[in-house]
Amino acid sequence: MQAESHQRLQSSLLQPARWKWAEFLFWGLVFLAPWVLPSHALMVNEMAIVALFALSLDLVLGYAGIVSLGHAVFLGFGAYSAALFAKHIMPDPLVGLCFAMVTTSCLGALCALTILRGSDLTRLMVTLGMALILLELANKLDWLTGGSDGLQGVLMGPLLGRFEFDLMGQTAATYSLTILFTSFFFVRHWVHSPLGATVKAVRDNRLRAMAIGINVNARLAVVYGAAACLAGAAGALMAQTTGFASLDVFALDRSADVMLMLVIGGVGWLYGGVLGAVAFKLMHDVIAGITPQYWTFWIGLFLVVLVLVGRERLLKPWTWWRS
Amino acid sequence: MLTILFDGIAYGMLLFILAVGLSVTMGLMNFINLAHGAFAMAGGYLTVVLMQRFGVPFLICLPLAFLATGFLGAIMERSLYRPMYAKPHLDQVLFSIGLAFMSVSAIDYFMGSQQQIMQLPDMLKGRTEIWDGALGMGHYRLFIIAICAALTLALQYVLAKTTFGSRLRASVDDSRVAAGLGINVNSVFAITFAVGSGLAGLGGALGAEVLGLDPTFPLKFMVYFLIVVAVGGTSSITGPLLAALLLGIADVPGKYYVPKLGAFIVYSLMLLILLWRPQGLFVRKGGH
Amino acid sequence: MQKRLFLSSLAVAAAICSTPTMAQDKFKIGLILPMTGPFASTGKQIEAAVKLYMAQNGDMVAGKKVELIVKDDTSAPDVTKRIAQELVVNEKVSVLAGFGLTPLALATAPIATQSKTPLVVMAAATSSITEASPFIVRTSFTLPQAAVGLADWAPKNNIKKVVSLVSDYGPGIDAEKYFKDRFTFNGGQVVETLRVPMRNPDFAPFLQKVRDAKPDAVYVFVPSGAGAALMKQFAERGLDKAGIRLIGTGDVTDDDILNAMGDVALGVTTSHHYSASHNSPLNKKFVEAFTKANAGLRPNFMAVGGYDGMRVIYEAAKASKGAGGQALLDAMKGQVFESPRGPMFIDAQTRDVVHNIYIRKVERVGGQLFNQEFETIKDVKDPGKTR
Repeated sequence: MQAESHQRLQSSLLQPARWKWAEFLFWGLVFLAPWVLPSHALMVNEMAIVALFALSLDLVLGYAGIVSLGHAVFLGFGAYSAALFAKHIMPDPLVGLCFAMVTTSCLGALCALTILRGSDLTRLMVTLGMALILLELANKLDWLTGGSDGLQGVLMGPLLGRFEFDLMGQTAATYSLTILFTSFFFVRHWVHSPLGATVKAVRDNRLRAMAIGINVNARLAVVYGAAACLAGAAGALMAQTTGFASLDVFALDRSADVMLMLVIGGVGWLYGGVLGAVAFKLMHDVIAGITPQYWTFWIGLFLVVLVLVGRERLLKPWTWWRS
Repeated sequence: MLTILFDGIAYGMLLFILAVGLSVTMGLMNFINLAHGAFAMAGGYLTVVLMQRFGVPFLICLPLAFLATGFLGAIMERSLYRPMYAKPHLDQVLFSIGLAFMSVSAIDYFMGSQQQIMQLPDMLKGRTEIWDGALGMGHYRLFIIAICAALTLALQYVLAKTTFGSRLRASVDDSRVAAGLGINVNSVFAITFAVGSGLAGLGGALGAEVLGLDPTFPLKFMVYFLIVVAVGGTSSITGPLLAALLLGIADVPGKYYVPKLGAFIVYSLMLLILLWRPQGLFVRKGGH
Repeated sequence: MQKRLFLSSLAVAAAICSTPTMAQDKFKIGLILPMTGPFASTGKQIEAAVKLYMAQNGDMVAGKKVELIVKDDTSAPDVTKRIAQELVVNEKVSVLAGFGLTPLALATAPIATQSKTPLVVMAAATSSITEASPFIVRTSFTLPQAAVGLADWAPKNNIKKVVSLVSDYGPGIDAEKYFKDRFTFNGGQVVETLRVPMRNPDFAPFLQKVRDAKPDAVYVFVPSGAGAALMKQFAERGLDKAGIRLIGTGDVTDDDILNAMGDVALGVTTSHHYSASHNSPLNKKFVEAFTKANAGLRPNFMAVGGYDGMRVIYEAAKASKGAGGQALLDAMKGQVFESPRGPMFIDAQTRDVVHNIYIRKVERVGGQLFNQEFETIKDVKDPGKTR
């Protein structure tokens, strides 16, 4: 009797960790997209990069509960690391990616020291401040970064020695999607692990987590470092697939946009970042195509309506007319 | 250099007037209103339109900007903001960013994307030099300092000496208990929000001359307002005042003495202050 | 959660499904401009000028219908690159045009090279852009052209000691460097070089430094739009009363907002390639048509860059009989013609613009403020390249 209920309890706890068939369908469709719709391969590439960035912010915001308005600092650092690596050391994309991930994780660990204390507003401003400081730094060190003109002359070698980055963007898209999926896989696994559970406990109630002996600061530092690593990967992908890195990767717009995407898609839910990124990018592209000058108005209107109606109801159209 | 110090103080006081509404709103209603800059922009554009199209003198435009934006704030608070109070912070951020986007685009549509230029009345255009040029004071900046000082005193008086002020302070400390004591918290919120937005509008009108005015104003200056609020804390008026002054004094003389570092100084200073005192420099204990 | 995911993936699949239409008999021009953000006024001016050219010269060229596709660049180089790539691959544009900021043009250069699509730069002004790809042609201007003109004029006019004040980005640094080099070569002295951060809300400390250095003049470059604030601060700080003259490249007295600046701008001497009051019949016609079509908006140097860019594209398309690629590019090189700014030509070697640089002074003419040209330096090539 006890063993049976124990079994049921265990399987219900493990349930969220299992892959559902809908997920397989989703990822299958996603990987097919650049090949089935070659004219949109570039858009798919851009979405994949931003989705990875949103996923990394989800780790920080959704799972660790840290409000960050400067997450682009890692995006930018990864982008410049990868670009400089390709330009001065070696043009291989995968090695460059690893390099960028390592350097950005170090930056993440360093920055983690700043976000441990204070209220939401404090962390918002501290993260924002870091991003702006790095923006100014990149501007000043223009002998290294190309300053406001951007870093040019980044010529990427072929992926795995064989696949060139072509004009159609299919190689780029598949590359980005693979990295996105790999990261997603690991994050998913991690989130359902014991470590992930402790982090969620910290997010939900820090005091209580401390009371049961969880080392809050260590957990936060680890999560922040890991998120930095993923954001750095996204930045590296951006630099590698576009062959360019410029100052706006550090800008407030990037951090704000990704936060919007994540909130639209759903915080604390792994697919939130991915779907939010897709939805936001699509919306932006379609609206900007219709009205290149005033698209910000419609996006703003969408956001206002979305919040007034209720975020969770966006993806469930049948609830729109309830209450 | 006294002149530079003077300029920094003027800049700081202007920032204070712009940001005080945001600070009080955040402290009182626990609402992160990133569209605050839009109210400032509205005040600025209203002044420009009144002056250029209707020939209204500048000095009359200032109180008009205050009243009109305050009124706008009151309407928006009742209709749009009130349902948002209970929602989580992230929703509020989304909502206010959406409003900011809409306002930026709408102004772009109606007024064009260029910088708006104001013509000041002649008496504000001059400059006084004393101590043989060691201290040069532009008349407009003197004017700004005077107005902002007067407003600060008025705000402080209202907070400390009037019934409304004590109701406001009570609601900031703990709105539930305040409501329990019979204070009409909703009307306190409404009035405070209206006054805060009105002040922002006034700041926008005053600042158009010094800071420039174009449709991207709300987004450009939002960072500075947030810095003032974060460093100054949200539980008093003197906190943001001192924070704004600090910001102004660090920014202007900073750029003068070390132009290579320019913008660094402000951000690094903010970072250091927040690392040292995460709740802001001047916080009262208790409350939230 | 499963249902949500399933529905979402269906939505994603459905949403991306749209087939691009392909029309062979069209000559498509992809116009990428800053339509939003701090440089939106540039985008507006260029778009208006481009549409004016099409209204004046018809929308047929070499037997094909001209289709204009306007896109906002969102000031992000990676997005601009993607937009350009999509325009080339999906819409099959024959030419890319616009480009308000240097990093955007530089990021898109490899696309132009890879796809052999000519890229006409109508706004960006850093020297190095035309060297980023053999398919780039410029019809706007370069900062060194304007800077050098002024550096030659100043010493002849009692200006020996100058403080340079520029915005801290590509064109600003170009403007500072070329002015300083030429001015020093001519025997002048640049006592201090100040760089103002792009996000700067207040020019006060920098102008105070200028005042304290007591030069004969302050040489200024700021992007179009910021000139107004600078001018106001200049007067407020009493620099004009202290005997310091304001000189600079024409961006500081941008025609777009010059009239609104008021008397504080009177007497400011600048060097630039275009003034709305340029005395030629073609320019008068241009300004009149432009103001009529755009509710009284005066064209500025950005607009003329767009107008001439269209001229280059149209004439090249006629010469290449509607073909794109290398043939179109070759037909663009070496074009010589009369523009509203004056005579100009596209240098066949560098693919950059060669035009007159005028020294002008702000004066009140017929109740409005204009940059009145009083000296002409003929056929200025971009000094950034002859090094």
